[in-house]
Amino acid sequence: MYRYDEFDNQFVRERTRQFRDQADRRLRGDLTEDEFRPLRLMNGLYLQLHAYMLRVAIPYGTLSSRQMRRLALIAERWDKGYGHFTTRQNIQFNWIKLEDTADILDALADVEMHAIQTSGNCIRNVTTDHWAGAAADEIADPRPVGELLRQWSSLHPEFSYLPRKFKIAVTGAPNDRAAVKVHDIGLRLHRNEAGETGWEVIVGGGLGRTPMVGVTVRGFLPQHELIGYLEAIMRVYNLYGRRDNKYKARIKILVHEIGHDKFREEVEAEYASRPHPSTEVEERELKRIAAYFAPPAFESLPRWSPAFEEAKLSHPAFARWAKNNLGPHRVDGYAIVNISLKPEGGIPGDATAEQMRIMADLAERYSFDELRVSHAQNIVLPHVRKGDLFAIWQALEDTGLAAANYGLAGDIIACPGLDYCALATARSIPIAQSIARRFANSAKQDEIGRIKINISGCINACGHHHVGHIGILGLDKKGEEFYQITLGGSSAESASIGTILGPGFAGHEVADAIETILDTYLKHREPGEEFLGTYRRLGAKPFKEALYATA
Amino acid sequence: MQLLRNGAVVSDGWIDVSADGEVPTAGDVVLSASRLLADWPGLSERTGRLGVRLANTDRPEMFQALLPRLSLIVLPFPAFNDGRAYSIARKLREMGYAGELRATGNVLPDQMQFMLQVGFNSFEIGDRFPIEMWSRASRQMSLAYQRGLFRRDAESEIWTERHTDAEAWLEQPHAG
Repeated sequence: MYRYDEFDNQFVRERTRQFRDQADRRLRGDLTEDEFRPLRLMNGLYLQLHAYMLRVAIPYGTLSSRQMRRLALIAERWDKGYGHFTTRQNIQFNWIKLEDTADILDALADVEMHAIQTSGNCIRNVTTDHWAGAAADEIADPRPVGELLRQWSSLHPEFSYLPRKFKIAVTGAPNDRAAVKVHDIGLRLHRNEAGETGWEVIVGGGLGRTPMVGVTVRGFLPQHELIGYLEAIMRVYNLYGRRDNKYKARIKILVHEIGHDKFREEVEAEYASRPHPSTEVEERELKRIAAYFAPPAFESLPRWSPAFEEAKLSHPAFARWAKNNLGPHRVDGYAIVNISLKPEGGIPGDATAEQMRIMADLAERYSFDELRVSHAQNIVLPHVRKGDLFAIWQALEDTGLAAANYGLAGDIIACPGLDYCALATARSIPIAQSIARRFANSAKQDEIGRIKINISGCINACGHHHVGHIGILGLDKKGEEFYQITLGGSSAESASIGTILGPGFAGHEVADAIETILDTYLKHREPGEEFLGTYRRLGAKPFKEALYATA
Repeated sequence: MQLLRNGAVVSDGWIDVSADGEVPTAGDVVLSASRLLADWPGLSERTGRLGVRLANTDRPEMFQALLPRLSLIVLPFPAFNDGRAYSIARKLREMGYAGELRATGNVLPDQMQFMLQVGFNSFEIGDRFPIEMWSRASRQMSLAYQRGLFRRDAESEIWTERHTDAEAWLEQPHAG
């Protein structure tokens, strides 16, 4: 894992001191709220419905156990004993006082963390594959580039007042778990016939009010050109992105309005016009960073673990968890553990301080001290010996973390919705809970198999409903909440935007509607076909008929 | 309007010529971009210095040929969060512009360090904040990750410092 050196440390300390001064000036009344707002936003502090919310950056979703324990401490000391893991692989605390914020930032700096640029119209936390460095299908670990981009984008003087927020995602694997095609910039690693690697640069994807799949502006960019090329894209966006309407200010609108070819031409002209950079430093810096992400000292183990197989035979509940919640590891004898933060009746992505500490302990003992936050709001232990899985499962069972629904109908992505958010038009959490309850019968959930259900509480789409296999959007119709359903979205390598199925439903009808859709899928699927495959084969018709036939 | 240049409050000797105003025969004058381009051949014969006010929708490439003859470029911040002038400023410096680069409009202390780093060296600052606050706010960060910025003596580029034998990738004629 990356560790700060003296420069990184000093940088974060100075930034915290600067924020303390700004917050003091605000508290004394030397700054108006209008003047203070952009300063606090650049440090992750939002004003929400009930209190301030502090969003802490977890760069490329990677945490050490020490860092996870510090998040637990913050939850206890300055919040109500829990935190909420977000779809940007960050964590947010929903009950923060302005007076405490600088102290919290200091507590974060102690463990090499910060809240820089977790909000505001700047480059946000860079996200990546939550299985990075462990996945069996990976070309290379994308996190060194993630760290390079974290540093480059931190307090970038030219790109801190962009037309709108800016999100970058990186994947080093052909199976895209980082949703790179629906980001402002997505980077996907390829290997060519000569065995060299290069980055596909995808621009202008995004969700929100105008969902779009990004377009490739460069198919194979050599790694050492990355920073220079991204600066060219950012400059074109900063100069020509729309600023007259915040709903049309993301880069996807610019790419769409001037056209792919014109956009690419502008970027290439800008790139060619810059003083030719010596890329030597970027290469050396990347090499320095990459050393921190060297694979841990894996043992040489047989692929087959008798202890693991025996435990599955004697404990059916463990066997079910193991079937659903493990990912294939690149090293024999190891597995990737996905801890679901979606217990039945819980709030998706929430974890208590105690649960954070348990997960930290498990990571320290069994996973080379590493944890990951996934964009689906779950926690990952990336490197676990198969022989240790049963012990981990038992510890998770004891703390309510053993939900065996990873990637299934109960593993729902949901925004905080009207329960917390000032922008929301409807509640998300109770809808997620009602669906999870409906499929709590594990046999039914297992029979349905892999499915992504996403819920957003307003058209800003923080729950990414456009790319849910089933997407649910909460709206307000004359003071009543109602929910629109879309089908066929995906954020994977064959990304697509879901299509609205028909008239919306009242909150209490949503779980029924989802069940009808999934029953229709079960009726029509071919052997081994997942929900998305059936939908893409048959289209919306059978689902519409089942849902609206009796209406 | 107070003018802060290279860290000190100075008086502004430039004569601002309005859109259709008469250009005086002597003295330093600053004009709009359209006026500058329209009157260019005649203006270039004057003995006084020339400056231009750009809009943040003007493309810097349009002025490439004129840059060696310009001594002042004024860039506007219609609102502090309209960041276009940061890119225009940095691009003008990359194109070799060596004269005064002035920020005007909604210029605030907490944005001043970023403005310095992209090449601005004078600021119309109004009287909302005391001078000490400007100088303090402009020096809160002594480190930056990005390379090729305009730095003052006490500031370092992390990537260059870390790899000390590597050369900075951009000349910095105005880093003082």
